[in-house]
Amino acid sequence: MISSELVRSKLQSILPHVQKPGRYTGGELNQVVKDWSTISTKLALVFPDIYDIGMSNLGLTILYDQINQRQDVLAERAYAPWLDMELMMRRENLPMYSLETMHPLASFDILGFSLPYETLYTNVLNILDLAAVPLYSSQRSLQHPLVIAGGNATFNPEPMHAFIDAFAIGEGEEIIHEVIDQYQKWKTLHASRSELLSMLSKIDGIYIPSLYQPIYHSDYKVANIQKIDEDAPLPIVKRIVGKLPPSPTRLLVPMIDIVHNRIPVEIMRGCTRGCRFCHAGMINRPIRQRSVDEIIQTIELALKNTGYEEVGLLSLSSSDYAHILDLIDAINSRFSENRLNVSLPSLRIDTFSVELMNSLKTVRRGGFTLAPEAASEKMRKIINKPVENEQLLETVRAIFSRGWPTIKLYFMIGHPSETIEDVKEIVELCKAVLAVGQSVIGKRAQVNAGVSTFIPKAHTPFQWVACDTFEQITAKQDLLKLELRGKGLKLSWNAPEETMLEAWLSRGDRRMADVIYEAWKNGAKFDAWGEQFHYQIWQDAFKTVGIDPSFYTHRERPIDEVFPWDHISIAVRKKYLIQDYLRSQQGIVWSDCREKCHGCGILPTFADLRRDNPGDIWCCPEVKNPKYSKTTCTPVQTNLSTSLS
Amino acid sequence: MRIRIIFSKTEIIRFTSHLDLYRAWERTLRRAELPLAFSQGFKPHAHINLACALPLGFTSENDLVDIWLARDMTLDEIYQRLTQAVPPGIVIHSVEEIPYQAPSLQKQLTASEYLVTLLLHEDELAEKLERLQKQKVIMRQRKNKEYDLRPLILEISLLPEDTSGRQQIKMTLKARESATGRPEEVLLSLGIEPTTALFHRRHLILMDTSNNS
Repeated sequence: MISSELVRSKLQSILPHVQKPGRYTGGELNQVVKDWSTISTKLALVFPDIYDIGMSNLGLTILYDQINQRQDVLAERAYAPWLDMELMMRRENLPMYSLETMHPLASFDILGFSLPYETLYTNVLNILDLAAVPLYSSQRSLQHPLVIAGGNATFNPEPMHAFIDAFAIGEGEEIIHEVIDQYQKWKTLHASRSELLSMLSKIDGIYIPSLYQPIYHSDYKVANIQKIDEDAPLPIVKRIVGKLPPSPTRLLVPMIDIVHNRIPVEIMRGCTRGCRFCHAGMINRPIRQRSVDEIIQTIELALKNTGYEEVGLLSLSSSDYAHILDLIDAINSRFSENRLNVSLPSLRIDTFSVELMNSLKTVRRGGFTLAPEAASEKMRKIINKPVENEQLLETVRAIFSRGWPTIKLYFMIGHPSETIEDVKEIVELCKAVLAVGQSVIGKRAQVNAGVSTFIPKAHTPFQWVACDTFEQITAKQDLLKLELRGKGLKLSWNAPEETMLEAWLSRGDRRMADVIYEAWKNGAKFDAWGEQFHYQIWQDAFKTVGIDPSFYTHRERPIDEVFPWDHISIAVRKKYLIQDYLRSQQGIVWSDCREKCHGCGILPTFADLRRDNPGDIWCCPEVKNPKYSKTTCTPVQTNLSTSLS
Repeated sequence: MRIRIIFSKTEIIRFTSHLDLYRAWERTLRRAELPLAFSQGFKPHAHINLACALPLGFTSENDLVDIWLARDMTLDEIYQRLTQAVPPGIVIHSVEEIPYQAPSLQKQLTASEYLVTLLLHEDELAEKLERLQKQKVIMRQRKNKEYDLRPLILEISLLPEDTSGRQQIKMTLKARESATGRPEEVLLSLGIEPTTALFHRRHLILMDTSNNS
């Protein structure tokens, strides 16, 4: 294996020939460099997209901080090289290396991949290849690193099952330490690699694909998932933390421009709204909140350590954070001298949100974003995001009159129940919003509509629903393109081909691994980058492997079909998802569960954690009894329950 | 109070662009918690004036940046705070106070002195340099515009080889706002590929304004 000195010297001759060479040098402020000769366990955190994007990823930032707090482990970083750099690396035989100490990735004990979205999969293969680590888990031996992965996409781990040794399902802050502990214990045993995997499978939330085997029907629907190792858990229940650990404050400050140059502070994790299309809302339950004091202290420390001028208060639904008013008051009084720019994304559509933003003294008046998702009453009921048009128009009037000239509206098309009439309502709503804007501020008013396409994601109440056909999506987009143009209107949308790929990758079974490999072999990488995405490569890959991709995306599933991801539990019961799916078919809106617990299944699964973390850290009902009792959480009573058994 | 910071941009941040270096200074000054003077206007920003953009890949020493503070502090305290706040790759040599209304660094700058280290040995380099200096006109093309490089070369000479036995050229090139000589262009006119060289800016030569102030 090549030495870090050789990596450095190769870099010296390569870097003058690539764009943005600062991506490949490391050396940022607050980077943690530890001594390789004294630390036994070395872990590389890998984000399979370029530096500019990966550096802004909160998940890896948290893990880097968590792991490097330990004296016995070092964590370094690596990101996907852009095409020009990859070309040079292959030409000069420079393997993937870590930014901190320029060690080849293959010399680490553990490679941890972050997989927040599915279109990164081919990049994982490319990075393993560049690192000279065998792509297939089954081909790795004792001399190779353990390859683990986590992140939102891994709630359906099956498409990547062949390439990843162990998945960490759910939140990583605690589980990563347990993985490291087991790894260290295994090292002292001088045991086999399969012994390591077996030891890891004892950790709650760890999924080792090689210990399971799906049994298929003749048509490749899943019959069931069988254990190969008797001791392996089934189902594999996601991990959560009872209380959010302290937010990182010694943040890396890059010397080149990246996507988000700001201090990220997660004010709350999880969401109680229950929008039926929302993967994040389902898999990140329950809500865990931080206190105002903790958030303020985090910002103070991080400002000192970084010198950043912006802070992002992150959550899935900012206006739902219980102490939002107190937080904004505290920010105003503490940081008014600092010229701090505060971003507060994901606001509810009501004038309260506008007052919130308005009361933030330091916010920039650029664009104000709202996500109605649907414009017709019918679709709003189906997706469970009830908003009245009147309320929306009142909200946008407040936004325009408070000094924001641009409103961004996010919509979603492509639910199979949606007709062209529903899409016309999106057009009308955008025009109505613009009309309000023009009446308030005249010609400066701007409405940017971002219209994405629905994907029935795993673990959501819509997982049984089919994708819209290619033709339907195109027809709907054509209508939008025709209507949403002219002064003050701007439309952005996703290419249907890209939506299809994301749908296949997120809904696939184990056979998708062959498709991913085939596509990568034929040049697929950076699939999330429009211009690098080659639809034909993927179609060819499906043909070669012999799978009709519509099997994954264009079948409405019967309620009793076993999904390839059914052995992974998000702790929301499948029965609950079924009930909510049936409610969507009947257009029944289901309330925010802060008002009343709907008994989704989180509380019985994590009763101990809730008991240990009482009060408004969580929004679920409290668990007081030493043993969880059924009466604490009101079970769902619906007229549908009889049809479900 | 106007402060001039004399600093180096070292090897590890040689791929930080001029704009990114500007941002790095902004963040450094915020970390140092210096009482910066801000511009007025819709989007106020700190007064930071970097003398001269350094091309990507170059290192520098005796580099200059001016900052404006809203209230006075001792130079020693400014130096201490800055030294603790700079990111890896920026080294502070010293700080000095200069008259608040002195002309901008760009207006005072006349020339830059570079040290160019060749990574590949170049035969007959001394002769080539001599020939270059004898030329009356060195026509070059840059961004589709023809220009004469010769008057921009104020001085060029061969230095003794460095400790690794690499050839080194010292060159002083004009650096006026309207006429700036680029060391890569000098190498190209010598028939040397610039990607096989390391560029280090040793000095910024300022107009003497001491008589005027």
